Amino acid sequence: MSVALRARLTALGLITPLVAFLVVFFFWPLATMMMASVTDGTVRGVMPETAAALSGWDGNTPPSPEMQQALVADLRKPVDQLAFGDAVRRLNSELSGFRSLMSHTTSAVRDAPEGQALDLATVDPRWSETKYWLAVKHAMPLYTDRYLLAAADLERDAAGNIAAVDAGASANRQIMLRTFLIAATVTVLCALIGLPYALIAASATGWVRALLLIAVLLPLWTSLLVRTAAWFILLQNEGLINEALKAIGLISEPLPLIFNRTGVVIAMTHVLLPFMVLPIYSGLLTIPANLMPAAASLGASRLKAFRYVLLPLAFPGLMSGSLLVFMVALGYYITPALVGGPNDQMISSVIAFFATGTANWGMAGALGLILLAVTTVLYLVYGRLSRSPTMVGT
Amino acid sequence: MAFKRTISTIGGAALALSLAAGAAAARDLTIVSWGGNYQDAQKKIYFEPFAKKLGKPVLDESWDGGVGVIAAKVKAGEPNWDVVQVETEELELGCTDGFYEKIDWSKLGGKDKFLPAAAHDCGVGAIVWSTLLSYDSDKLKDNVPTSWADFWDTKKFPGKRGLRRGPKYSLEFALMADGVKPADVYKVLRTPEGVDRAFKKLDEIKKDVVWWEAGAQPLQLLASGEVVMTTAYNGRISGINKTEGKHFKVVWPGSIYAIDSWVVLRNSPNKQDAMDFIAFASAPENQSKLPDYIAYGLPQKEAAAAVPAKEAADLPTAEANMVDAVALDGAFWVDNIEELTSRFNAWLAQ
Repeated sequence: MSVALRARLTALGLITPLVAFLVVFFFWPLATMMMASVTDGTVRGVMPETAAALSGWDGNTPPSPEMQQALVADLRKPVDQLAFGDAVRRLNSELSGFRSLMSHTTSAVRDAPEGQALDLATVDPRWSETKYWLAVKHAMPLYTDRYLLAAADLERDAAGNIAAVDAGASANRQIMLRTFLIAATVTVLCALIGLPYALIAASATGWVRALLLIAVLLPLWTSLLVRTAAWFILLQNEGLINEALKAIGLISEPLPLIFNRTGVVIAMTHVLLPFMVLPIYSGLLTIPANLMPAAASLGASRLKAFRYVLLPLAFPGLMSGSLLVFMVALGYYITPALVGGPNDQMISSVIAFFATGTANWGMAGALGLILLAVTTVLYLVYGRLSRSPTMVGT
Repeated sequence: MAFKRTISTIGGAALALSLAAGAAAARDLTIVSWGGNYQDAQKKIYFEPFAKKLGKPVLDESWDGGVGVIAAKVKAGEPNWDVVQVETEELELGCTDGFYEKIDWSKLGGKDKFLPAAAHDCGVGAIVWSTLLSYDSDKLKDNVPTSWADFWDTKKFPGKRGLRRGPKYSLEFALMADGVKPADVYKVLRTPEGVDRAFKKLDEIKKDVVWWEAGAQPLQLLASGEVVMTTAYNGRISGINKTEGKHFKVVWPGSIYAIDSWVVLRNSPNKQDAMDFIAFASAPENQSKLPDYIAYGLPQKEAAAAVPAKEAADLPTAEANMVDAVALDGAFWVDNIEELTSRFNAWLAQ
């Protein structure tokens, strides 16, 4: 074995734990959720005869007796209850009411004598409506775009064309847009506060610097819930801020600081500020202290020296801080839930509803996938912007 | 060098041993409930005495609900929870989807020892609890709300109102405020026109609502005066009156009650102990201690009868409190929760 090869193998061996970690905790879950958002076929799995009977149906004519008997035959067979549950959940998510319809029908079919034709319309009148059969037919392909479409408030109409859902039926697009807007607002505010803060902290020495850093780090070590609850106490109508403003006579009516966008932005900015200050601060520490005097000695005013020397050097830190804050802010939902109003809920609360509330992982995956796609595009744009820190100086 | 090797050999052996032990030793019975002072009470009257009886440790954890959590645990193979206290919809959904073991009712003395709604194939009722209108009687003295119509009357009662975020409960209360009789609420809600009517009624107070999510929030909102009245869980209200000397009042007519049940997760390795625990927690002599701690109704009939009259009057199961109360319709919500939540989110965003 040559020395070079051995060195390479050793290097590979050293990063194996990292690769394994990434695969198990990052790529695999990501791929699973992405697959969940486009795969279907749970219904086909438990209803093979119905699938065959429906393949020739045009979706317009009334449901035929063959289709009914195929469904009855499928429901008579003993099935894996977990798989059957998945299928029912899938159908109910397309058309509300399938849960009660299926459990009702299944028990009627199991109670009916074997070998006898069963008129499903007498079991439940809903089986004579084409829309229920259409929902079953739609669930038969192995791959589907319905979750992705639904995540963007779209659906396929009867003719199979992509169309917007009824107004007022869903607001995912609006909530997604709102999520990016809140994250962007918080990022800008964090930058406006974080940059001067980091500059002061980096130029300070001794206990002042320690104090400034602890002021940033301490909140980071406190539970998110506690910090949010503290804001609740500060911001409410009879809270500290409003009471203080009233006491000094600045206002007579309390300012609406909580249960609205203001409250969410204030609380999130506070919570995320450390992610902005720390990267800028560590970037500034590497800048030689004599650069500013050098600029001054060459005749630059303090403003010019800041603009053309310090700011470009702080730029990479500012950029990575902004990226961190923005990405973390996108996933927030506890803070908006506690201090926000009806129009401040972010997309993760919708994802959480589908993931934990109804176990509709297809929908949760699709919303996550769209969020990931939009974020990736933004990241690429950002990558181009942050590649040339000198652009401010040219 | 030799020293180092010895250390690593010992370390390796210890690691291997602990791994082997972990794989061989069965996990202790793990019970999951809703946390807070409710679970503290359960620990005292159910978990600790049962552990003593069993002669083995009993672990307890808390959760925030959601059938997705249970789905994830069951589908992963052997779940790391055994007994879980679930809400009506999680019981319904999880039972049809096969997430729970079937209950052995012979161990519990038969279904007729329980309220009918508490005796399910997959679950045993643990408590009866209500969501209802509540207000601070220190702040509202002479002019007090008595119905959902009052909740909607912003002239008579100016100020913000608290409602739980989501369509569940909000739509029912809106219909009652609009004049639907409590007994007809779900009949109306099952029609598309009924849903439209409920959302239209919610429009009237949309700008006056503070939406809450966690059960502790409405108490905070009432205490701080942020809202003039709010929906809340009855156990929390009587709890804070007792512990913090508040004078919060509740309005029983038009309240919606629901049953939380114990379930055993499918393929639980402690299935036998789990069933025994449920029987222990349902025994009248144990269950009747619960209202001492928290004002939840008892689904076991003998246990309910053993509660002292003074405490019983505060429970959702008291006869006077049941008049014009509505039972939460789990079947309606498992069918419609996804569609109506999407619509509710869109309505909020308008």
